[in-house]
Amino acid sequence: MIAVLKHELRMYFHSLTTYVFGGLLLAFVGVGAVLYNIQAAVSNFEYVLSFGSLIFVIIVPILTMRVIAEEKKQKTDQLLYSLPITTTQIVIGKYLSLLLIYLVPLCLICFYPLIFSQFGDVYLLTAYGSILAFFIMGSALIAMGVFISSLTENQGFAAGISIAIILLNYYSVRLSEYVSSTAFGSAIAMCVVIFLLGTIIQYLTKNSNLAFGICSLLLVGVVVTYFVDSTKLEGLLPSIMKKLSLFERFNVFVNGIFDMTAIVYYLTVIVFFLFLSVQSLEKRRYN
Amino acid sequence: MIAVEHLTKSYGDFIAVNDISFQIDEGHVYGLLGPNGAGKSTIMNIMTGCLSATEGHVRIYGYDIFEEPKEAKKLIGYLPEQPPLYMNDTPLEYLKFVGEAKGLRGAKLKEQVEKVIQQTKIEDVKDRLISSLSKGYKQRVGVAQALLGNPKVIILDEPTVGLDPIQIIEIRDLIKELGKTHTVIFSSHILSEVQAICDRILIISKGKLIAFDEPQNLEKLLLAPNEIIITTDATEKEINEILANINHIVDMSIEEKEREYLVAHIKTDHDNVYEISRSIFYGFAEKGRPLLEMTLKKTNLEDIFVELTESSSRDIEPTEKEETDK
Repeated sequence: MIAVLKHELRMYFHSLTTYVFGGLLLAFVGVGAVLYNIQAAVSNFEYVLSFGSLIFVIIVPILTMRVIAEEKKQKTDQLLYSLPITTTQIVIGKYLSLLLIYLVPLCLICFYPLIFSQFGDVYLLTAYGSILAFFIMGSALIAMGVFISSLTENQGFAAGISIAIILLNYYSVRLSEYVSSTAFGSAIAMCVVIFLLGTIIQYLTKNSNLAFGICSLLLVGVVVTYFVDSTKLEGLLPSIMKKLSLFERFNVFVNGIFDMTAIVYYLTVIVFFLFLSVQSLEKRRYN
Repeated sequence: MIAVEHLTKSYGDFIAVNDISFQIDEGHVYGLLGPNGAGKSTIMNIMTGCLSATEGHVRIYGYDIFEEPKEAKKLIGYLPEQPPLYMNDTPLEYLKFVGEAKGLRGAKLKEQVEKVIQQTKIEDVKDRLISSLSKGYKQRVGVAQALLGNPKVIILDEPTVGLDPIQIIEIRDLIKELGKTHTVIFSSHILSEVQAICDRILIISKGKLIAFDEPQNLEKLLLAPNEIIITTDATEKEINEILANINHIVDMSIEEKEREYLVAHIKTDHDNVYEISRSIFYGFAEKGRPLLEMTLKKTNLEDIFVELTESSSRDIEPTEKEETDK
């Protein structure tokens, strides 16, 4: 694991993407700091982070797109498979190296509140609480990116999908206000989601029976709930969209509450996607 | 020691490796020979844990590659068909990474890396980017990676493909050299290469193991009658008469050559082909018909290879497609 970590770090610092990642993050947060803290003279640094979180849509895919996809393309994954290390060690080593790269610009950002506090009252506690949450949320997004990168051997494709998913996640709360909140609308939307899920399962496992089985079970569940107690489905879709949003939970920190449930949620997302990445790597062996 | 038991790998309906079993002993060079698409790479990928098997076991010194992969993989160095190199590393950085991943640390790592660099003669290029190296050097870096950690078994998948003749010879010499201290398994679709380096040959065709023996034994194995080719100015009738008196002739064909000379291809199953050629010589001499040319043609591995792989493709009927459980 340490070997993979060190190697990844060396490769990342040899390549441009790392510097683009760090540069964009610093630039965006810097612009935010100028707008909010200096021009508008607001003493809350957390608003800057809230503003800066949009840049994740671009920088996370830049960082994660090649992490596993490139291994597949260059066939170096065969080396990893034949080495006496487990796929879990490989994925964790790669993930930790990404976190370290992500930490470098964040360490610089950590100085901003201190600098501003020289010129006025800055709520350091909420500022650093938000920076910590910013780090963990970014880590969760990176874990998603790692998983998406493990699905394909095409970097561009991995980046595209990551951008789409993070963007959707970013706007899901705003979108949730426009989606139908009636029971019927939710039921239809659930059916669509179930079909999508089935397609993904079919693609990943190449087992049509499994995909068909899971889909029909879920569909029956939705239909039964609709006819037995349709009130349960009311407002289901918007609330799911709100719950799944990583960015919405970050705003709680920005508002000055250190929300442990959100931390747990982020950690769950990280573990979940790293687990899926390991499975996705393992799966290639079973093709 | 490697034991492969009833190894089968299927991709959906396509069976890439079909119930293969063999055992590999310590300290020999083994050649895995087969036409393209025979399943050589698949077998090697399974043996090194890069691919799962549909059925069967692979045991490396008693460690099952699927059950105890860590212990098993420590005993194996593997060079896949395409050398798994990180193009933005230098060979030195790359080898350090692989060494660390194989569990080497500190002074031991440094010593091992230096040793394999010398063994594979990449000293001159060790600080250049791998992406700028020639194919021969890349291949050697790949071999160096496999040698790290001093594994007992070294598995090389088509190590000479795409190299120029001098590089091929160098890699072959390297394999021979390695064979003295390690068990080496390498695959190739070039027969002469396998014949030149290997102590044991496994011939694979259409996912089946059709022969596994020493090169000399393989030649004996197939009781292909040796062939005598004669050119004579005797008539066809005379040739038939003369040969009718000689035992151990199993097959004969006559064709016409230029200037009305006849060429006869005579096949014999006699142990000593010279006995037959002597009889033929005296037979023609008695009739007063000169032999203008006599050539002895021994079966070589090439013929065996072609015959084995062709006959196996004739034997194996398209496997019944198993109904996937619906």
